[in-house]
Amino acid sequence: MDTVSVHDKTVAELAAGLAAGTYSSEELTRDCLQRINGIGSELNAFVTVAEEHALTAAREADRRRARGEAGLLSGIPLAHKDIFCTNGIRTSCGSRMLDNFISPYDAHVVERMQTAGMVMLGKTNMDEFAMGSSNENSFYGPVKNPWDTTAVPGGSSGGSAAAVAARLVPAATGTDTGGSIRQPAAMCGITGLKPTYGRVSRYGMIAFASSLDQAGPMARSAEDCALLLEAMAGFDSRDSTCVNQPVPRYSETLDADLKGLKIGLPKEYFGEGLDAEVARVVDAAIEEYRKLGVEFREISLRNTHLAVPAYYVIAPAECSSNLSRFDGVRFGHRCENPRDLEDLYKRSRGEGFGAEVKRRILVGTYALSAGYYDAYYLKAQKVRRLIRDDFLAAFGEVDAILGPTSPTVAFNLGERSDDPVKMYLSDIYTIAVNLAGLPGMSVPAGFAHGRPVGLQLIGNHFDEARLLNMAHRYQQVTDWHTRAPEAFA
Amino acid sequence: MQWEVVIGLEIHAQLATRSKIFSGASTAYGAEPNTQACAVDLGLPGVLPVLNAEAVNMAIKFGLATGCTVAPRSVFARKNYFYPDLPKGYQISQYELPVVHDGEVILELEDGGTKRVGLTRAHLEEDAGKSLHEGFEGVTGIDLNRAGTPLLEIVSEPDMRSAKEAVAYMRKVHSLVRYLGICDGNMQEGSFRCDANVSIRPKGSDKLGTRTELKNLNSFRFVERAINYEVERQIDVIESGGEVVQETRLYDSVKHETRSMRTKEEANDYRYFPDPDLLPVEITEADIERVRAELPELPDAKRLRFMEQYQLSAYDASLLTSAREVADYYESVVTASGGEGKLAANWVNGELTAALNRDGRDIGESPVTPESLGALVARIVDDTISGKIAKDVFEAMWNGEGEPDAVIEARGLKQVTDTGALEAMVDEVIAANPKQVEQYKAGKDKLLGFFVGQCMKASGGKANPAQLNELIRKKLAD
Amino acid sequence: MSLSNDDVKQIAHLARLGVDDQDLDSYARELSNILAFVEALGGDETDAVEPLAHPIDMVQRLRPDAVSEENQREHFQAIAPSVEAGLYLVPRVIE
Repeated sequence: MDTVSVHDKTVAELAAGLAAGTYSSEELTRDCLQRINGIGSELNAFVTVAEEHALTAAREADRRRARGEAGLLSGIPLAHKDIFCTNGIRTSCGSRMLDNFISPYDAHVVERMQTAGMVMLGKTNMDEFAMGSSNENSFYGPVKNPWDTTAVPGGSSGGSAAAVAARLVPAATGTDTGGSIRQPAAMCGITGLKPTYGRVSRYGMIAFASSLDQAGPMARSAEDCALLLEAMAGFDSRDSTCVNQPVPRYSETLDADLKGLKIGLPKEYFGEGLDAEVARVVDAAIEEYRKLGVEFREISLRNTHLAVPAYYVIAPAECSSNLSRFDGVRFGHRCENPRDLEDLYKRSRGEGFGAEVKRRILVGTYALSAGYYDAYYLKAQKVRRLIRDDFLAAFGEVDAILGPTSPTVAFNLGERSDDPVKMYLSDIYTIAVNLAGLPGMSVPAGFAHGRPVGLQLIGNHFDEARLLNMAHRYQQVTDWHTRAPEAFA
Repeated sequence: MQWEVVIGLEIHAQLATRSKIFSGASTAYGAEPNTQACAVDLGLPGVLPVLNAEAVNMAIKFGLATGCTVAPRSVFARKNYFYPDLPKGYQISQYELPVVHDGEVILELEDGGTKRVGLTRAHLEEDAGKSLHEGFEGVTGIDLNRAGTPLLEIVSEPDMRSAKEAVAYMRKVHSLVRYLGICDGNMQEGSFRCDANVSIRPKGSDKLGTRTELKNLNSFRFVERAINYEVERQIDVIESGGEVVQETRLYDSVKHETRSMRTKEEANDYRYFPDPDLLPVEITEADIERVRAELPELPDAKRLRFMEQYQLSAYDASLLTSAREVADYYESVVTASGGEGKLAANWVNGELTAALNRDGRDIGESPVTPESLGALVARIVDDTISGKIAKDVFEAMWNGEGEPDAVIEARGLKQVTDTGALEAMVDEVIAANPKQVEQYKAGKDKLLGFFVGQCMKASGGKANPAQLNELIRKKLAD
Repeated sequence: MSLSNDDVKQIAHLARLGVDDQDLDSYARELSNILAFVEALGGDETDAVEPLAHPIDMVQRLRPDAVSEENQREHFQAIAPSVEAGLYLVPRVIE
């Protein structure tokens, strides 16, 4: 069979091509697999390529289409971040701890994408347990940025971002606890959406920080993200924090007029620490929006400086408890010949977890321990309310908020890996959004220092439709999102 | 020195829900290991808890029955520690905001007085699995079937002053949870477990002494024995110049002693924090009223009603209401007997209880149904048989010989009330005992009993005693 | 807040995390830096603020009390490091 070359198409285009019979799902799938195993392999974007599974699913999708049972997304290839449990397929979470973990069940997101008929190609690389901003914390080695393989792709959903940016897959899932969808999307020049906390079920998504984690789509356009979110989102009775609210048809409101829309520019997101060239790119995007009739006003999110400190108490605290189940007893890594129970725990966990995960477990354990709980954890939860209230107050005045996704473009591999605090600061604009549970998006807006820059859009709770609409209108008048890294064009 | 004993109890009652507190796995007892441990119970990566509505209802029931405040908002927290029977490395429990709090239990003491024991709180939490040490060399086997079974932890104030009071309190709570139908109370299977916090202080002091926590008290008898042992131990320690160490001690029912559980005592630091996978539980007034409407009659109210309605003594009423099954059995007997409350009480507390104890059966396993026992009582009342014969009939019923009327018929136990037949019998006895007749007529009235006895013997116990008395008196007066 | 190597050891024990002695210095330094960083949270301006545990104000949904899970022991134990007779095995626990 001739292989078709369709890697440059978006999800929406592929849906049309499949519907028109221009190519089959099997052809698409083979094309993607060939790129993943060929040109894409140097990026280290995948931990597991599920070739047989994918081809079986593709053929099934083609049969369904032949029977007239295909849905919009039927037969379109997709990669899952390796944090989502996939029945019968290794789910490593980027950790040695789960290197041998064949999940016995599917995550809700995996089920939903499967129900939509999408073809899962494999599992993408990530920072171990989603803890990291550069994808350098993976047991499977760092992912490389397709725009410049000496640069990091961002993290923790770095494998998904790199795979989409390099046109290995048309779309991927990610998760975002402090920026893990938006920051790598920005650094890899793709479109990524972190929905409102509770919009997408967390069932089967390996928990990092339960009150912050949220799954979302990563793709090449806002339109694709809208289609993917329609499939991903929805009520799941197995997640107590998942909301029971109808999922809007995001793809039907993409073209709405932006005239008269009021957008806030938080002055705290444009101050010290923001790379001047990144700022220039964001300013140019603001100009584009002005032309679309958007009104801008400066707002203040005055507790922004407390967001990263609060996050680095809350997230480690929750993670220290969430990761206690990895004890070498029922699944995952178990040390050789444990002397006694304590030895089983300490060695299994000591060997199974990498340095950053250990650091966060230790910080979180400390922050929750007797005598320190009030000073750290409780204080951070109070600051969390202040941060959320700042946003809610701002949404009394404006319809959405705009700013840079990250203060800098992708940094070089190894550049920040020795300094945890410096690494943490690369999430300074994204973290507050998780603390407040808001939806946030990163949209490609140009280049600085030759690397992609992301524009961040932040909406009120459950206002994903507006963000997608804003991003889509912007993508209709710009072509940043269509740019591909030369080596992978 | 005179010592005062101070005891508080923590009771863990497994709630009688069908499924677990946070998962849809069965809570049935006795299944093959790990066959009732689902993904959530195993703490697989990515799984999440969802709260069982019935567990909350049951907690509200308990709260209402003990005069607790039902919290309009309660919160689940994580209690973090590592143990192989705790799959997630934390137990989901309620910490700062329990579902119900500040109630009381009133104990009836043997001397007829009462005593109030305060309830600090009762909170919902998940049970752990079981560690099995038997049958393995150098390893322990973990069965997680029990993991996630809902527990209500009932915490009392340190209001009890003796092991006897502690047991009385425990029995009262045991009876209450069974009345409410929220716990089967089976102590062998671990459905109802108890830890005791015990300390001593000089009589008259209002300062609490250092307490020890006694674990593994899985019967009423062990609670009493363990506390008494521990009190003696603490007195010995202090009187020989030592200090009581705050620690957890395990009761060994074979050696009858308590011993320190962790020699290498490490400070427990459970790092409680609100479970981010669960949201605050809201209980509205309407929820509370709905549960209140479902509440059964509680033991105290039932006891008073029995005294009033059936003219029972406080003692009888208290025995009959000690367990809901007994009270229900009793009231069925009353109905079947045609309303003979007092006599029914005598039979339930007397013959029936004795027979149950003798065979080691629960009332639910009685071979004599309350309807049959009621029919038997009715036969006494309508003079078909005497109370004495009724005991034989009861024995026969217990041994499976059928309904009372059938037994009476088959064994020919029907009381003789035919005057002609009785007269003939009396004449015969008088004729056979001329000497006694002479003495009686000379004024030895006591001999009436002798004649009655002789006649009764001749009738095989079936003669109606009142009728017999009357007849003999009349004949001898002639 | 500066943590000593002993502090790190104690926290690591609480977390049942094996940490090599040679790494204690770097952990102590890094954790101290992180703690110094989060001390920006200090100050008493938050005293009157209610802590926020969840970003969305929702209450717990309750599940009807029904058994919905089947026995999947063999499936779940296929990925377990050590099982025998249906039990998960751990080194002997002494009580």
